[in-house]
Amino acid sequence: MAYSEKVIGHYTNPQNVGTLDKSKKNVGTGLVGAPECGDVMRLQIEVDDETGLIKDAKFKTFGCGSAIASSSLATEWLKGKSVDEALKIDNMDIVEELNLPPVKIHCSVLAEDAIKAAINDYRVKNGLEEIKFESSVVH
Amino acid sequence: MIQFPIYLDHNATTPCDPRVVDAMLPYFTNHFGNAASRNHPFGWQAEEAVDYAREQVAKLIGADPKEIIFTSGATEGDNLAIKGVFDMYASKGNHIITANTEHKAVLDTCKHVEKSGGQVTYLHVKPDGLIDLQELEATITPKTILIAIMYANNEIGVLQPVREISKIARKHGVLFFSDATQAVGKIPVDVNKDGIDLMAFTGHKMYGPKGVGALYVRRKNPRVKVTSQMDGGGHERGMRSGTLNVPGIVGFGKACELCMQEMESDNKRISALRDKLENSLTKLEESYVNGSKEHRLPHVSNISFKYVEGEGLMMGFNKDIAVSSGSACTSASLEPSYVLKALGLGDDLAHSSLRFGLGRFTTEEQIDYTIQQVSKTVTHLREMSPLWEMFKEGMDMDKIEWAHH
Repeated sequence: MAYSEKVIGHYTNPQNVGTLDKSKKNVGTGLVGAPECGDVMRLQIEVDDETGLIKDAKFKTFGCGSAIASSSLATEWLKGKSVDEALKIDNMDIVEELNLPPVKIHCSVLAEDAIKAAINDYRVKNGLEEIKFESSVVH
Repeated sequence: MIQFPIYLDHNATTPCDPRVVDAMLPYFTNHFGNAASRNHPFGWQAEEAVDYAREQVAKLIGADPKEIIFTSGATEGDNLAIKGVFDMYASKGNHIITANTEHKAVLDTCKHVEKSGGQVTYLHVKPDGLIDLQELEATITPKTILIAIMYANNEIGVLQPVREISKIARKHGVLFFSDATQAVGKIPVDVNKDGIDLMAFTGHKMYGPKGVGALYVRRKNPRVKVTSQMDGGGHERGMRSGTLNVPGIVGFGKACELCMQEMESDNKRISALRDKLENSLTKLEESYVNGSKEHRLPHVSNISFKYVEGEGLMMGFNKDIAVSSGSACTSASLEPSYVLKALGLGDDLAHSSLRFGLGRFTTEEQIDYTIQQVSKTVTHLREMSPLWEMFKEGMDMDKIEWAHH
């Protein structure tokens, strides 16, 4: 199976690899997937207290090229968005942007789950209620 | 000059040796006859070529030419041996013993036999990939008709104790079939010394063409028979009907002859390169060789690089280097290799594995380049692996509650 140019681009030159200080109140961390399934994504957001916008996003991913590309793309999209806007990122947008084949859709689902988990972590840390999401369909 | 791309997937298939292709070519054009045409020179020529190839094939495994049944490949050989014995020896029993690290062509054939009323025992293997001989013997019942254990494993290259297995089989009057696809042509195999009654192998794993293989069926002590699985003209002593693939058989024969002549010198060179690759790559932290290192084919190395995922790893160099992975990220099931899991490896280590299969045309420059590229990619991916970070921080990952899909 050949990878799309965009997947190869993110794989070769991943954006925003790294770790944010999770002890900070304005940092939300989402860790999704499992080593046994061959995919683990950790995605973090740092929210600007004054503007409410995501000023930084970082990821680390254990997985195939499509999983790495999905999380790299997600961090790019997150930066500069408000938390509410970030919630609107849909896994199918990632599929479309990266031309993921059907067997790789689960990678985009994982990225969407990671975003939601990071946002929930941020909300809980800041005294807000956790948002209940419907469990994802494809894994 | 280093040759690109680098092919290190010789357990999947091998290139045809140019000498094999040269031998085959006349049989597509000038000597195109049907080996079963008994009444004209076209047929005679084809038959002569097939007979000669049959001798070449038999010689490589220490068999009599009459004991060679040409097939379309090892999958057909596996099917014919297992189903053929099951049908032929139905009056004696219906129990077959195999192992859970066998190739799918054996496992799925056994499943088929179960559906037809057979009973199959799937032996577990030890962490080094070898079966337990005591367990094997204890599993034999008066109804047991066949032991089906592979010679060498396709994923980890581990060699089963074939001679000990055959002794047990003989002692209990049970037939012994071995899928020797990965072993024949690579290491010395002798059906008499090894005590094998039926054995499947194929041309394309030993620098011959695809689509042709053989099933060895013992004729003496004991005389073994299999019920044919395809009806037709009664070719191959009635065990495998179908017009013989003359050019393929000629190429297969030539490939066997070359393996016989060059195996020893090839192995010396290839195993040195394999050891160099393996020793260099296992210097990387948290990398482990899968399966027995002692009882193993000389050209294979299966290594898990913990905390990086196999498919992601291959993507770092697969434009230049072809290897294969036990990760199944591409397959619909997303299940990692059942062979590695059978060794007791966790799914995480199975997902992190690469199989390197060296071959006759692999060069030292290619191995040096591979060591460099794989090491670089493992390091690069670990820098972006959350698991590597947790490991480095001394976190116990077994205690994390992972969201299993």
